[in-house]
Amino acid sequence: MEQQENSASAKPWYSSSIPLLGKGIRLLSRLTRHGGSAFPGKIVESLDPDFLARSLAQLPLGVVLVSGTNGKTTTTRMIASMLTDQGFRVFTNPTGSNFTRGVVSALLGEVSATGHLDADIAVLELDEAYAVHFVKQVKPRFSLLLNVMRDQLDRFGEIDNTARLLSHVAAATTGTVILNREDRRIADLLQCVPEDTAVRYFGLSDDLKSAFPSDDDMHSDTKASSDSEDHRSSVNESTTAELKTPDYKTSAQADGSEQSGQRIDVSGEELMLPMGTPVADVTLVAVGKQYAQFEMDGVTSGTSVKLEGLYNLFNAAAALTVVRAVQRSSDTQRDIDNKNLLNSLSSVTPAFGRGEIIDFHGTSVELVLVKNPMGFRLALQSFDPMGYDTMIVINDEFADGRDMSWLWDVDFSSLKAEGVAVVSGVRAWDMALRLEYDQVPVTAVDTQPSHALDLFLQHSVDSGSANGGPARPKRIYCTYTAMLKIRSSLSHLTTVADAGV
Amino acid sequence: MDRNIDVLSLYPKDMNIYGDSGNVLSVRRRLELLGYQVQVHAYNQDGDWPEHIDLILGGGGQDQGQRKIIRDLFKRADSIRALAHEGTPMLMICGMYQLFGDYFETLEGDRLPGIGVLGLHTIGQEERLIGNLVEHSQEFGDIVGYENHSGKTFLHEGTQALGTVDAQGTGNNGSDGTEGARIHNVIGTYMHGSLLPKNPAITDFLIRKACERRYGALDPQSTVEQQQELTRLNDFAERARAVAMQRPR
Repeated sequence: MEQQENSASAKPWYSSSIPLLGKGIRLLSRLTRHGGSAFPGKIVESLDPDFLARSLAQLPLGVVLVSGTNGKTTTTRMIASMLTDQGFRVFTNPTGSNFTRGVVSALLGEVSATGHLDADIAVLELDEAYAVHFVKQVKPRFSLLLNVMRDQLDRFGEIDNTARLLSHVAAATTGTVILNREDRRIADLLQCVPEDTAVRYFGLSDDLKSAFPSDDDMHSDTKASSDSEDHRSSVNESTTAELKTPDYKTSAQADGSEQSGQRIDVSGEELMLPMGTPVADVTLVAVGKQYAQFEMDGVTSGTSVKLEGLYNLFNAAAALTVVRAVQRSSDTQRDIDNKNLLNSLSSVTPAFGRGEIIDFHGTSVELVLVKNPMGFRLALQSFDPMGYDTMIVINDEFADGRDMSWLWDVDFSSLKAEGVAVVSGVRAWDMALRLEYDQVPVTAVDTQPSHALDLFLQHSVDSGSANGGPARPKRIYCTYTAMLKIRSSLSHLTTVADAGV
Repeated sequence: MDRNIDVLSLYPKDMNIYGDSGNVLSVRRRLELLGYQVQVHAYNQDGDWPEHIDLILGGGGQDQGQRKIIRDLFKRADSIRALAHEGTPMLMICGMYQLFGDYFETLEGDRLPGIGVLGLHTIGQEERLIGNLVEHSQEFGDIVGYENHSGKTFLHEGTQALGTVDAQGTGNNGSDGTEGARIHNVIGTYMHGSLLPKNPAITDFLIRKACERRYGALDPQSTVEQQQELTRLNDFAERARAVAMQRPR
């Protein structure tokens, strides 16, 4: 491709052999089952640092970068799937290997021996810190910034620092930045968006806002302050007030930047609500069991979805906003068909471990990944424990985060009625102690996930046969490495789809 | 007989970043299991200062959170200092620990005053001290937690440390082997994770001091079930501690 030559001023003499060499390493590491998905990427990154930028520069519609604390993998999957349905050829990193070298590894699988990448657009999820590293090499055409939550503070320091990391992404985006209107730290990133870059929001209806507490008011409905109702309502009010009055660009600025080719075709006034709250391009207005309603272009329409969990449905609003931005961009010449988009959304299945359901001899075993207090709280709000056997597996490996304090920021009392059948993982006792403080009955604690899983599956067989009915469905909340362990144990017992990791 | 205990949770809105609400929960639950009625007052800036305070808990915050509450903290500084001198038990984690010292010098060299309950000062640093940590104290035995702070804290002459650490690069400042600080019944520390549920010796110390100050003595009146529940909490904490002590930093 022409672009390849243009951007390759610094490429090493052996760069033409990189695709083949990299593919060879990738094949070897797969055959020998060594090194995981990112290993070949690591080697290629060090041999040919320009490989990533050169490969992605070929894409006529550029790169969609997805970042934020929670929901990257599922949202990336939704965007890629919807774009594919709309007729785009999409390159993505679907395994949740959200480091730059993971992207390089995924590229090695897709590029031809001559380095040609057969796609229109790339949809890439990147961890907050790696996103900063990535945008130094590749300017994304579109970026979606989902949320900033308390996650892996041991790596990033603090939430405000995580937001600062994402501001680099906003500043590097050339086409459209898509922001979460309801997350103050994300909405404030508007200030970092370049003049010629468009901004779109996804949002929640007022009715749904209370279902999405932010980290800032997380304490307000914990038991710690349950005796001060006044305090709670005042916190919520002040948070809402803050949400409504960030320093948004004036309409004059929005008008001025409208002249640019990639700018959105809506006047600044129409983007603003009277209070200064920007109008969301896509708003999630109502949710039901596997059902969601969105407002787009002033019209509310609903669709069935295979995704569960409030946050997944909110992320669907984000994904719709991205796909609409891509369709709207001057290069594609495509009309937006909202009905068609919702149709396509309805067929997206959850990414592995994100509400994924595995069949175990006729009983459903649902895996729910939990990585941080807000994610766990949203998951507990989203999945009704009634009628389910629940297991929780908490590890503290590097990928999970070593700090266990986050368990104390989750309110587990919704599990009181049904109890928790089994608690497992390296930090099973931390979890058991946490549940004990919320007076949630725990039947068994076993730090070995494979033993614990056997116990859990046996538990439900017993409870099923005792009732004479079928075994109860099961749900397992697990941290990242715990999920990999549980999935692997399950795959010895039943058929589990290849996760690609 | 009156068996109320008033617990003040200091600035939970802005200073509650690392599971600090777990400390409040731990104090409340254990007091209840000992047969006390607990009132937790969540005090945020410009809120109402409760008439009666038996125990104060403060947490960590982001830099922004510290800036938000500092003016209000100075408004309350005299009351807090008086309570501290009278022997009111207090636990201050991370950010509030720093603000309870004499001053905090930022990376840029600005000096933010603290309220001077604890004789110490803190210097902002680029490098963060982060990781699982066990420290040793005579009074509470081994204290298990997780530290995550960029400020390095130096104790002034005569200020007692909460405990000592074994590894270089950990504790108050990474070099002198101290962690936390103690004066009267005030404890300051960088240990969270969350501290009190997993270190019931400290929780029970704070509870005992609170009850002694208000009623002259700790007077447990637990039912059999409540005693069993306390035993179970201690048992789970002991097992969680044993695991935490073995984990990599």
